[in-house]
Amino acid sequence: MAELSYREAMAKALREGLVEDERMFIIGEDIGPYGGPYAVTAGFLDEFGPKRIVESPIAESAMVGIGTGSAMAGLRPVVEIMTINFSLLALDQIVNHAAKIRYMSGGQFTVPLIVRTVTGGGAGLAATHSQNLEGWYASVPGLKVVIPATPHDALGLFRSVRKETDPIMFIEHILLYSTRGEVKDDYYEIPIGKADVKREGKDFSIIAYSRMVNVSIAAADALSKEGIGVEVVDLRSLRPWDRDTVIQSVRKTGRALVVEEVWQTGGFGGEIASAIQHEAFDDLDGPVARLGGLDVPTPYSMSLERLVAPTEATVIEAIRKELAR
Amino acid sequence: MSTKTIKKPTSLDDTTLIDFYRQMALLRVFEERCAEQYMLGKIRGFVHLYIGQEAVAVGAISVLQKDDYVTTHYRDHGHALARGLTPNSVMAELFGKSTGCSKGMGGSMHLFDAPSNFAGGYAIVAGHLPLTNGLAFAFKYNNDKRLVATFFGDGALNEGEAHEVMNMAALWKLPVIFVCENNQYGMGIPLEDSMANPKLTEMAKAYGMPSAKVDGMNVLAVRDATEAAVKHVRAGNGPYFLEFSTYRFRGHSMADPVLYRTKEEEGKYRKLDPILTFGEWLISNKKATQDQLDKINLAIEYIVEESVKFADESPFPKIDDLYKNIYAETT
Repeated sequence: MAELSYREAMAKALREGLVEDERMFIIGEDIGPYGGPYAVTAGFLDEFGPKRIVESPIAESAMVGIGTGSAMAGLRPVVEIMTINFSLLALDQIVNHAAKIRYMSGGQFTVPLIVRTVTGGGAGLAATHSQNLEGWYASVPGLKVVIPATPHDALGLFRSVRKETDPIMFIEHILLYSTRGEVKDDYYEIPIGKADVKREGKDFSIIAYSRMVNVSIAAADALSKEGIGVEVVDLRSLRPWDRDTVIQSVRKTGRALVVEEVWQTGGFGGEIASAIQHEAFDDLDGPVARLGGLDVPTPYSMSLERLVAPTEATVIEAIRKELAR
Repeated sequence: MSTKTIKKPTSLDDTTLIDFYRQMALLRVFEERCAEQYMLGKIRGFVHLYIGQEAVAVGAISVLQKDDYVTTHYRDHGHALARGLTPNSVMAELFGKSTGCSKGMGGSMHLFDAPSNFAGGYAIVAGHLPLTNGLAFAFKYNNDKRLVATFFGDGALNEGEAHEVMNMAALWKLPVIFVCENNQYGMGIPLEDSMANPKLTEMAKAYGMPSAKVDGMNVLAVRDATEAAVKHVRAGNGPYFLEFSTYRFRGHSMADPVLYRTKEEEGKYRKLDPILTFGEWLISNKKATQDQLDKINLAIEYIVEESVKFADESPFPKIDDLYKNIYAETT
């Protein structure tokens, strides 16, 4: 066991891919001499050279196009989009093209493309740089969406992802890069679409993903001191998502809270909540609750930004409220 | 419009020349039958006919290698046929049948054929240009001498993606031939009403990309210009931009009543019909006889008739096919 940061785990995952697979290259903005905006690819240019570490003009659509086309032609591109907000400039290439080509060509062309990008707020970057758009992508048939919350999951999921032949959105969180966690030394993979019970509990299930997993675990730890056992299920993938693990947890606890950072209106958690109430209705001891980000563009000022996303305190409050019904 | 249909002497043998005629005539007759089948309700959705532009697809694709990639826009029947897809597989696709080149999943605007490296017709204006660069990037990555020819309309140059793509292709010397089919209108908007500078090759110059503006109604001129572009690109010199001036004789799609241009203008271009003028040239230069051309036309009528029959009699995709090919595990 080694303790790695999320950043180090991603660097390890990418390095492995580049070493093992000559077809893999990374293209992105400032991933070369700059070392990557989040320093994930620091040193990669020296190690792998400019053929494999491709510095792109600031042109997200053209960049994803390089990924899509080269994937169709047999390469294994990893396209790094600096933040998920910028992926909107490549929405056409991701949604209209990468996601559709296998289907529209009757299976003749495939797009083994990985788009790595960074979601989330909380870094004082204001409304255009603080969005959580992964749920949008998760609504598109033809895409897969993977969203690890820990260094261990980031490495294990990336190992699975690069063996896929479908376009995948690999979503990292801006505030997770410096978080640390145990990573197994022995080789392991984590399958796409498999949730993980990060913390067991008998009284209440929280379903979360990305940074909200950590927030939920902190809330669960606090509630356990009062004798309330909260189970935290980390989805890890949004498309496909693991119904079985979620339903199983809710059947056990009889209560569910879906926590996510994105605006609650239209958030992917609505899909989860709907499935729970439909498939575990008879086992529920109360309504399925949701806690998402406030329905506001993320403000700049810290005094306001800290109110936007769920926190340990608001998660605890939400659970207390449900238990008090 | 650039020139009258000047036909300069050619070194091509008669068989090749006659085959150009045959291919263009096939494209024409195929499209005429598409219009008819659309009106009969056999073809759904949008159908964008290639009538009038045949010289571009036939002339340009004739100088590509079989293992080069071709990508194109949604007016793609002509490119598909010129690339060697069978009329049966294209017509069946338009009919939404499982025997179609995209198994009935793409339709008129999304023709694909992996065996002939026909990497797709794409229906988002300029949307295929970024991934075209990607195909070319893979060739370069693998030190492969192949190239990609991509077709798009004049309207596509007003999309932001076109700028991103041409800059990147020129910056990295990607093996792409950008083939602009300037048919003078982006749907119903005349070129001069939509572009600040309608001199398209000047756009290429801005990226340091060599370019040529050529008569797109003359199959031999198209062929020669593309041959020069192929030579440049295959030698590793980076992309090349070709503007072919042409005209679509029909509306933007079958749904277009063509209210935005005059009958006089259409008449002027009809005189430049790439098939009629080339046929006349073949005869007057003793490359072919009228009798030969008549026989070709008759044979084509039969081939296209057969394709309609094939499409009509082919099965529709099965309900199981609905969920196929969304992901690898559902193939």
